[in-house]
Amino acid sequence: MTENKHKPSRGSHNSLGIKSLLGTEFLDKSQIEQILKHAFLFKEWVDSGKPVPQTLLGKTVILLFFEPSTRTRSSFELATKRLGGNTLVLTKEGSSAEKGETLVDTAKTVQAMQPDALVLRHSSAGSPFHLDQILDLPVVNAGDGFHEHPTQALLDLMTIQQFKGKIEGLKVLIVGDIAHSRVARSNIYALQKMGAQVSVCGPPTLLPPKVEQMGVGVYYELDKAVKNKDVIMTLRIQFERLNAGQSPSRGEYSKFYGISESVLKSAKSDVLIMHPGPVNRGVEISPEVADGSRSVILNQVGNGVIVRMAVLHLLTGGKLPEGLV
Amino acid sequence: MSADLVIRRARIFDPSQNLDVVGDILIQNGKIQALGTQVVVPQGKSNPELDAKGWLVTPGWIDIHTHLREPGQTHKETIRTGTEAAAAGGFTSIACMANTKPVNDSSFITTYIQQKVATESSINVYPIGAITKGLEGQELAEIGSMWEAGIVAISDDGKTVMNSYLMRKALDYSKRFNLAVVCHAEDAHLKGRGVMNEGFNSARFGLRGIPKASEEIIVARDLLLTELTGARLHVAHVSTAGSVALIREAKRRGIQVTAEVTPHHLTLTDEVVGTYDTNTKVAPPLREPQDIEAVTEALADGTIDALASDHAPHSVEDKEVEYDHAEFGMVGLETAFPLYYRVALQKGVSLKRIISAMTHKPAEIIGIPKGTLKVGADADITIFDPEMKYRIDKNEFRSKSRNTPFDGWDVQGKVRYTIVAGKVVYSDAQKEAQGGLR
Repeated sequence: MTENKHKPSRGSHNSLGIKSLLGTEFLDKSQIEQILKHAFLFKEWVDSGKPVPQTLLGKTVILLFFEPSTRTRSSFELATKRLGGNTLVLTKEGSSAEKGETLVDTAKTVQAMQPDALVLRHSSAGSPFHLDQILDLPVVNAGDGFHEHPTQALLDLMTIQQFKGKIEGLKVLIVGDIAHSRVARSNIYALQKMGAQVSVCGPPTLLPPKVEQMGVGVYYELDKAVKNKDVIMTLRIQFERLNAGQSPSRGEYSKFYGISESVLKSAKSDVLIMHPGPVNRGVEISPEVADGSRSVILNQVGNGVIVRMAVLHLLTGGKLPEGLV
Repeated sequence: MSADLVIRRARIFDPSQNLDVVGDILIQNGKIQALGTQVVVPQGKSNPELDAKGWLVTPGWIDIHTHLREPGQTHKETIRTGTEAAAAGGFTSIACMANTKPVNDSSFITTYIQQKVATESSINVYPIGAITKGLEGQELAEIGSMWEAGIVAISDDGKTVMNSYLMRKALDYSKRFNLAVVCHAEDAHLKGRGVMNEGFNSARFGLRGIPKASEEIIVARDLLLTELTGARLHVAHVSTAGSVALIREAKRRGIQVTAEVTPHHLTLTDEVVGTYDTNTKVAPPLREPQDIEAVTEALADGTIDALASDHAPHSVEDKEVEYDHAEFGMVGLETAFPLYYRVALQKGVSLKRIISAMTHKPAEIIGIPKGTLKVGADADITIFDPEMKYRIDKNEFRSKSRNTPFDGWDVQGKVRYTIVAGKVVYSDAQKEAQGGLR
């Protein structure tokens, strides 16, 4: 009988015990803790301006981006370079994908260049699984369709840990287009593993089928949803979905699901406001909230680079100087 | 006159005549001449004999849902390779769907297929004609002319005739020719760009879902239109408990409807999609455990009349791509029987029901004089070893394509001989070496 398990290949190539980072669904609590511990170590170096250990020196990370992305791509690029590694960025435009080469062929060609890790962004769920199975090197999922975006969830966890001092026991609300959000899925799995209580809120047209089976609270009404929450994550709304019968208009979406000061009146005074970016100001979040004192949106960006440093460091089997870990 | 073949010491198992007896079968001039415990074999010349001790001998199996891809997509399958795969799978008769390139929507293409079959195939092949020209759902194909040329049913399989008015006209028109209208039930708008069953697993895997309602809406619509017109409907590849309930109720009300289920909808759930193996991508999609229970129960009680593989070959290039972009479909002719037999062994569906659903029931649906070992019938016979266990190996397939999710499965029940009109068209080589056919 064939193995039919929804999980990536295992490996003991590094101290994390996994070959690739394909999703937070496949991480356990201790692995998440290990990544976060390394991230906070790197953060100390970065914040203090001390030289960062060059654990990727002489190593090459290939960034294969089949879907437009500015911040995730530049975040991985900067993370690699801070650790002394080289990057090669391949995008759909200008690559052989434009000439009809398949993803698998592109990846095999890339492997022949002998990189040390591959970061993949792709519009189809499962694409990093295919590459993980055929390539003999770590694959980092930088977003696959609606499926997962694990480094985004890890940077969100890091940010929550930084500002709340803990994750366990916190009440976290994710607002918006949950159905088409890889950020939401990765955060749900990761937060639950760390002991947080997760709820989602959005128009019923934009919630995944059977989402309650993921063990999350489900709200359609935002003012009820925000009550007693420690963290509110709002997601970027894709305008093309609004035109596809999932919500009648931007205005109506904003009216019912936009995070504004008036909505936050029913929330805790110390609630943390997060957004994975890029922000549609005035649609899913009002400018006052996005720029307000409770917003940690820019901290998320900074932590993104640091978490990706930790992930690339760990997956490529990097060693830190003795006595630091 | 000597015999074509004498089958000895067989357990003759023929649901069409409620027969389950150990005896002999005498074949002469391609027909069943005699069978049972009292068969008198012609004296004199030596008759070829086949010792079938320990094996089951049934009417030749019939698969009314296959895609042979010829004309037009011969890199996936040809009439030759597809029929060789069928023979290896124990099938003596198959019907082939109309979605070739060009589409089988005219007597010209029907005749082309038949001429190819005459030279390339050792088994019987019955073309199914399109309902609408080019499968475009806009206007009726020349159904009457195709019927004259020999089609046995009409279907836009792969697509649903979304225009209810046109579907009603197709059902009405089919009555003149007593052709079953085979419905592929998937509401195109509800399906959208979905690639797997909609449910908790599609949410987990981040793939676009296809709700069960997309099938059930069309099944319900076509049942109502069949009641309205008094035509004859056959529901292809039933995949949901809801469709089963609708068909069961329609039969109770006397609507002329038959239905089929595939090996994969009897054995796999949408959980397997989590590997992102594109060989699990099929239309309708793999569903949930409660649906498997419902279609199994429906097969057992006869609500689902027939078993059909929906053999849908696709090349590596069509499948070795992102899940979203892969073609729908899996090959089935060479893995169908052991999977059906598994349902008999593990789920308690009677062997009689399984064989019935592979022989006289499908023959009735497409109106061919097959599926029986009655004296005088064509000597189309399948012989299998009910005990033999083996592992499915896609590299052994005769089919040109390898797109199966069942590679490596351990199964039981092996085809030993496939016989068409008294001629052995497939034999299990290993057993033959041991002297099965003398």
